[in-house]
Amino acid sequence: MRATVPAFDYYAPDTIPELLNLLGRLDSPSLIAGGTDFIPAARLKGFRPANVVSLRNLGKELSYVTIKDGLVRIGALTKIIDAQRSELVCTRAPCLHEALSQIGSVQIRNRATIGGNLCNASPAADSAPPLLVLNASVETIRQGTGRTIPLKDFFLGPGKTALEKAEVLKEVAFRPQEGGSSFEKLGRTNGEDISVASAAVLLKISGSKISEGRIALGSVAPMPMRALQAEKMLSGKEPSAALLDSVASMASDEAVPVTDVRATAEYRKSAVKALVRSAFARALERARGG
Amino acid sequence: MNVQMSVNGDSISLDVPPNEVLLDTLRTRLGLTGSKDVCRTGDCGACTVLLDGRAVNSCLVFTAEVDGSDVLTIEGLVEDDKLHPIQEAFIEEDAAHCGYCTPGMILSAYALLKEKPKPSREDVQEALAGNLCRCGTYYAATNAVLKASQKLREIQSS
Repeated sequence: MRATVPAFDYYAPDTIPELLNLLGRLDSPSLIAGGTDFIPAARLKGFRPANVVSLRNLGKELSYVTIKDGLVRIGALTKIIDAQRSELVCTRAPCLHEALSQIGSVQIRNRATIGGNLCNASPAADSAPPLLVLNASVETIRQGTGRTIPLKDFFLGPGKTALEKAEVLKEVAFRPQEGGSSFEKLGRTNGEDISVASAAVLLKISGSKISEGRIALGSVAPMPMRALQAEKMLSGKEPSAALLDSVASMASDEAVPVTDVRATAEYRKSAVKALVRSAFARALERARGG
Repeated sequence: MNVQMSVNGDSISLDVPPNEVLLDTLRTRLGLTGSKDVCRTGDCGACTVLLDGRAVNSCLVFTAEVDGSDVLTIEGLVEDDKLHPIQEAFIEEDAAHCGYCTPGMILSAYALLKEKPKPSREDVQEALAGNLCRCGTYYAATNAVLKASQKLREIQSS
């Protein structure tokens, strides 16, 4: 056996109160859901968890895609593949469906969870840009009452979220989308790969004009981000090639990428332009009923 | 910790450390070496097994996490010394060259055909996208899976 994961103490609580209790008393507990980020990090990236708390017994309780009180709600432990295929996601959030379909391989999507993708807080988390343009919020669970945190305030930096000690994600929720949306991702290959850059666009149309546009970017900042300046240029405008040029350039200006093993910062900046352009074109077509 | 699971239909009870992954349990404790040990990071798919009917990378699953589950490995596909129709189709289509990725590809195909007995070429390509082949057998493997789907449907209807 090579490159094994270092030893740790392992806990698998059966209930949420038991989980919260454990998280309250353990020293630096690490949660494991699908494990597809956890295991490679422990094997290769110097992640050394001492106390591992498994969520496997809570899967039944926290796996669901449902609509309640006007919001589409996806339980934190819902497998990516189940969220991807759910009727609600396909029809009410096409950009999210597109993004989830491109996370890893079938094998990864069969294990990985939506909550894991968000809580791991990778700048490249593919579920994040579509959820940002959907204005999603997360619901948390903690002792007493949980909180609602807008997703835009949830990511604090690479690997960092607004969750406090002994607070866990319950679900992510958003209003069924109006208008058209699309997600575009660039990897090093067309097959399964981590995003070099990605963009989600959502457009609402009123008559011949854009009434509202939202743009989110992945892998080009310390956390998934909205391109707010570019969005401002869209309201009340007629879609045109010139408008799209300036919006794509503005989004690229707002991106603050780094150079890493996957691409240079300069390449990512130009990739943003191309991704925003194609996501915009598709979202517009869909908003017009195409 | 104690883990109970079904492997290829046999009930198994094992004591394993929590940091042991399913791939190592299968290969070193149970001698099931059909699941291949290659990248160990979930990129290549050579260690693919079916966990409760779904294709997963066994290098990315702690054995402790599968307590109470059903595991199917490539060894479990053979019945009465007879190869599974997917295995036969891989031979007929010459879809294995060095053969290292083949068990994983066949299990990904098996999961697909259980769920979708009549897949399109694109469905097959998507199902096999997580199984890398350095010999480049993708085209032959895709043909083999389509051929196997036909064989299986003929068996079903006969």
